Amino acid sequence: MSTKHLITATDFCIYHQLESSFIADLQEAGLIQITVVNETPYIADDDVYKLERMIRLHNELDINVAGIEAITHLLKRMEDIQEEMRLLKNELKSHGD
Amino acid sequence: MAFIDYYQILGVTKTATEKDIKAAYRKLARKYHPDLNPNDEEAKKKFQQLNEANEVLSDPEKRKKYDQYGENWQHGEAYEQARQQQGRQRSYGGGGQSFDFEGFDGGSDFSDFFRSMFGGAAGQARQARYRGQDYSTELHLNLKEAGETHKQTLAVNGKNIRITIPAGVENGQSIKIKGHGGAGGNNGPAGDLYIKIFVADDPKFKRKGADLYSNAKLDIYTAILGGEITADTLNGKVKVKVKPETQNGTKVKLKGKGLPVYKKDGEFGDLYITYDLQLPVNLTDKQKKLFEELARS
Repeated sequence: MSTKHLITATDFCIYHQLESSFIADLQEAGLIQITVVNETPYIADDDVYKLERMIRLHNELDINVAGIEAITHLLKRMEDIQEEMRLLKNELKSHGD
Repeated sequence: MAFIDYYQILGVTKTATEKDIKAAYRKLARKYHPDLNPNDEEAKKKFQQLNEANEVLSDPEKRKKYDQYGENWQHGEAYEQARQQQGRQRSYGGGGQSFDFEGFDGGSDFSDFFRSMFGGAAGQARQARYRGQDYSTELHLNLKEAGETHKQTLAVNGKNIRITIPAGVENGQSIKIKGHGGAGGNNGPAGDLYIKIFVADDPKFKRKGADLYSNAKLDIYTAILGGEITADTLNGKVKVKVKPETQNGTKVKLKGKGLPVYKKDGEFGDLYITYDLQLPVNLTDKQKKLFEELARS
């Protein structure tokens, strides 16, 4: 399997000065996906942005994994609602013309 | 440059302990943190104020200086010189909590008041990694351009960036181009570029998602007897069969003649055409007689 777009979990933890257990807890909560290639755990680079957001919530606001899980779900719902609102606004605009 | 009351920003009294300040900062930071308030400029501004207040009040030395010179900050320079002579190697931040400043533009987010008293992003922030600033720009397209995957060159902060706009983008949609924002500091990652798409209204077609809606004129003879008309689509003209006895306002669907579905290769919306029946005008006597006959039959 290609590891071109993967970052090793170890490198990521060193870079962010994180305990590897934090990443494991997030994975257990289903918030990120860890890919194991040749027994090395990797994080997909697409996940890095959302993972960094979770780290900020944890480090800066003292929010634990359960809290991060709740926030992530609520933010996703908020994004979905905003997207739906945008589509409805466009639709309303097309009816108003 | 106005004096900033950091105690008021954190909602604490001047006698607040370090613990009180930390608790007040945490409480308000949870409310205004940019990760919890995406795309909310007011919250971002408020959060920056909180950080600045916390940066000063959680550091005993800065707090002392602020308390001493706060409202008379113009005289703080003498204190600053004395402090620098005492030891340039001093490391700030021991008493305060660490904040990463990720997502912000480092020192430029501090107020003029702060910079005047403490000199830029002084203290613990000096050691922090900065994620580069996110940039945002607008891109205006017409409907036809929104229906085609194409490349556009955008000038962002003096640099030309060539990007691919996928077919089917919607009005108001934002596209994130990772790593094309401002450069990070202290090995921090670059910010992202957000492109907000504006799709102009089209005089012929209304859009609803990937489906398009238009009107086509239909003469009464074709409407009654059936036949064929030529209708406009976004990519040219097509022939459309008209059933006999088609009523005014009848809607027909041209499958797959709408816009491409965003990021779904090979999927297209439909085009709905509503017929506008056109009654004949300036009838000849013969035509009038024929209509009279029809009316009597």
